[in-house]
Parts: sequence; structure tokens; C-alpha cells
Amino acid sequence: MRADLYAVLPEIAILASASLILIAGLFIPQARRAISFWLAQAALLATMWIVVSTAQVGTVRAFHGMVVDDMLGDVLKLLALVAVSLMLFYGRAYLEARGLFRGEAFVLVLFALLGMMVMMGAASFLTLYLGLEILSLSLYALVALQRDAAAPAEAAMKYFVLGALASGMLLYGVSMVYGATGSFDLDRVAEATLGSQGNRTLLAFGLVFIVSGIAFKLGVVPYHMWVPDVYHGAPTPITLLVGTAPKLAAFAFTLRVLAGALKGMEFDWQGMLIVLSLLSMTLGNLIAIAQTSVKRMLAYSTIANMGFMLMGFLAADLNGYSAAMFYTVAYVFTSAASFGVVLLLSREGFEADAIDDFKGLNRRSPWWAFIMLLVMFSLAGVPPMLGFYAKFAVLEAAVNQGFVWLAVAGVLASLVGAFYYLRIVKLMYFDEPTDREPIVAPGGTRAILSANGLALLVLGILPQPLMGLCVVALAQSQF
Amino acid sequence: MLTVPLSHSLVLGAILFSISVVGIFLNRKNVIILLMAIELMLLAVNLNFVAFSHHLGDMAGQVFVFFILTVAAAESAIGLAILVLLFRNVGSIDVEDLAKLKG
Repeated sequence: MRADLYAVLPEIAILASASLILIAGLFIPQARRAISFWLAQAALLATMWIVVSTAQVGTVRAFHGMVVDDMLGDVLKLLALVAVSLMLFYGRAYLEARGLFRGEAFVLVLFALLGMMVMMGAASFLTLYLGLEILSLSLYALVALQRDAAAPAEAAMKYFVLGALASGMLLYGVSMVYGATGSFDLDRVAEATLGSQGNRTLLAFGLVFIVSGIAFKLGVVPYHMWVPDVYHGAPTPITLLVGTAPKLAAFAFTLRVLAGALKGMEFDWQGMLIVLSLLSMTLGNLIAIAQTSVKRMLAYSTIANMGFMLMGFLAADLNGYSAAMFYTVAYVFTSAASFGVVLLLSREGFEADAIDDFKGLNRRSPWWAFIMLLVMFSLAGVPPMLGFYAKFAVLEAAVNQGFVWLAVAGVLASLVGAFYYLRIVKLMYFDEPTDREPIVAPGGTRAILSANGLALLVLGILPQPLMGLCVVALAQSQF
Repeated sequence: MLTVPLSHSLVLGAILFSISVVGIFLNRKNVIILLMAIELMLLAVNLNFVAFSHHLGDMAGQVFVFFILTVAAAESAIGLAILVLLFRNVGSIDVEDLAKLKG
């Protein structure tokens, strides 16, 4: 029993602090809302400490095989905690300026994080599903956080309907897998599929629905319809949240289900992922060119990037999984920095959402133009940025497994993608500013965003420690 | 006693599931119908779980159904809350009026 509780200690800490902040929120006047903010940050920091101090090399299964505490889960939880902490720092000024800096925002963010952590440590379809729903329900509410505007309500409705559809598909697939193997336990399902037990037709049928559900959550073509609308309609800090940490949870989900439980169906899901990956890379990058809104452009960039990540994943070996994990981590922190800059430029009554708002940023503030340049170069995959190494690792993994044509298609798609990333750089450095307001932001946020931007450069030059971490975490967790 | 074979339950589940998916994609009128289709979808899945659970003689499937029912209740609460918000801000719950965000 004690070992069981140790395994879920980080989740317990997040749940307890979310409940505490919810109750404390009743007694904190709106003028002193910063207390809730710092309580949330303290909870995140304490949970990071718990994750690090309870980390161990072996794999522990707890609660009768419902949850698993392994290195993969620990690394992903730590990164998700960091990403959520960044989101709270970057979004603070924006939320304050729009009256959204309220207690429930922090509580919902922490509950979303709890859902992600449950997904990362799940060892059964039941835990995976519950984690996914905790995450999704919190995100639906967060997207609709701004209650007096039409766009967030519309975005939340679209997100809700398509998210619920995805959950339904996923569950339908799970029911088929359950029927074929007789278990929800990921390990037992893996045994049954690898041992060629169970009804193959039923399994293949279930697999199609599970892959569709996963594709919805990752937001890859042809299940990407919600991504641009949600990114565009949600308040920018929430867009940042939707676009960062949940990708780590979705990666864990994909890995545990496809590479773990359905390892025996590898050949079948590889074929499906090839189609998803190819379509996402090409369509995502092509449609992004036509966008005039930065948030929408970054949404299509997410679609393209998730397609790229799947290319590493479908190599289906340790090399491929670690490349995909590295890619996800690199994308999460690059994307956090990109929305961080958008948030920095926004102010009361001004969203900094149009691409033209970046015109002449170099004249207004050479430093932030430089940080945005790093972010755009990293997204475009220009060496020596982090994004370059991530793309390189994914392409290498795909080529090693014989997917040369897919890798060529990926390179061509990212060439197209480079156009719209570099267009932002051109606007920042070679155009006249249309907006001459000074950029105001608290010193702490500036320091963290600068560190985040520079980390993209430093980790791009020295990617080995992060790559090593991904490889060790996956190898220790038997992938 | 007459027993219902597994295939009958699965076919019924598949029909209900298809009706709900078609309901989501073909419905151009009312958002409430979307919410109903989502509920129907989860119930179709529940039917599948119960049928398999009975067929395999394993209780886990029925336990899963309880979890899905609970989550479905929470989900419709959030869905209806968003619907109220939408009506307040857009003044309509027609699916066709959800077209402000596009590109």
C-alpha cells in the first residue's frame, strides 16, 4: 500500500494543491489574486521536487497494475510541470489585463496538469481514459474562460464536440481491444497481441478507432479541424497551454498504447501513421502560408510538427521513439517561447495576433526580435537550433527503417514551412513598424522568456544530454 | 432461457455508434442535437463493453462502464455550460452560426 502511494505521490501533490487553491480562492480578495498565482507556482515547484526525489531506475506497478511509475513517466511529468509553470509566468500579464486572473484559472490549469500526469503514468486503458478526460474537461472550460466574448465560446464548443467525438472513437476502439484480449491492462493486452492470441479482425477494427482517437488528440490531418479554431479563439495563455504540455501527454498516450499494448499490431499501425504523418506535414505547412493571424499560423505549424513527430514514431524502434520524444520536447519548449513572445507584445485591448503586428519589431526592441528570430529558426529547423537537431534525429530514424521516401517528403514539407517562419523574420527586421508602443512586461517574465529562447540555441548546439535523457528514459521503461 | 448472441449486441452497438457519428457530421441545425449524439455515442460504447464483459465472463468491462457513465455526466455538464455561454454571446445555437473562426 505504501509503495502504491509513493508511485502516485506527484499526482497526489497536484490534486491536493489544486483543492487547496480552490478553497483558498474563496478567502482571497481579487486585488490580492497574486497569492493564488504564487501558490500555484509553489505547488508546481514542490511537485517537481517530489518527482525528482521519488524517481528510481526500476519500474513500479501500483494499484493492481492500474498505474506505473517508470522513468519515462517521471521525465515527461517533470517536463510538463516546467511547461505549465512557464505558461503561468508568460500568461500572467495578459490574464490580468483582461480580468481573467481569477482563482478558477489556476485550479483548472492544475487539474489539466493532473490529467496529463495520470495519462503519463497509466498502465491500463481505464487510467488512460480517466486521465484524458480530466485533461480534456479542464481544457474545454479553460478555452471558454473569457465569458464575455463570442470567439472563445465558439472555439470551446468546437473543441468540446470534436474532443468528445474523439473520446467516443477511442472508447469504441478500446471496447474492441477488450473484446479481443479480455483485459484493460496494457501489459496483458501486449502479451495477447504479441502471442497472436485474440481475434485479429476485432483487434484490427479496434486499432483503427484507437488510432483515429489518438490522431484527434494530437491534431493531425485529417483529424485536425479543431486545432486552428481553438488556437485562434482561446485566450493566448490558454492557447499556449493547449499547444504545449498536453502534447507530452499525448506522446505518452501514443507510446503506451501503440508501442506498448499494441506492439503486436506494429505493421498495421505503421501504415496508418504513414498516411497521417504525410498528410499533416504537407497540408499543415501549405495552409499555414495563407494565414494572416499568428495564432492560426502557429496552429497549422503544430499540425505539421505533430506529423513530423509521428514520422519518428512510426520507425517503431528505440531510435525512432527517442527521436519522437526529443521532437515533442523540443516542439513544446519552442512553441512555449513563440506564444510567450506573442503574449509579451500583447497588452490591454491589443492581442498582437496579426502577422503584421511583428513588423519592425527590431526597431522597437532588438532583443525580443532576436528571441523571436531564434524561435522561428528553431521551428523552421535552421541549424544550429534545437528544432534542427530534432528534425535531423527524426529523419535519421525514419531513413534507418527504410522510410526514405517519407523522409524526402518531410524535408520538402519543411522547406515549404521555412517560408512562413522566415516571413516573420523578414517582417521583424526589414519592415517599418506600424505599432510604436513600448513593450512592457515584468522583469521576471522577461528573464524567463529570454532563458527559454536562449535554451533553444544552447540545446541545439549541445543536444546530447537531452537526447541521452530521452533514450535512457525509454530504454529503462522497456520500449 | 433464450440468450442473445454476442454478435447481436455488437451490431446494435455499431448501429447506435454510426447513428451518432452521422448525427454529428450531418446535423446542420442545432447544437443540442450534437450533445445528444455525443451521449448516444458513449452509450453505444457502453453497450459494447457490457456485451463483451458478459461474453468473456469478466467484470472489468462493466466497471469501465460505470466510469464512462460518470465521465459522460461531467462531460454533458461542461457541454451545456458552454452552450449557455455560446447562446449568451452569439445569440443563437445554430450550427451554421458557428462560423466566426475560419481560415
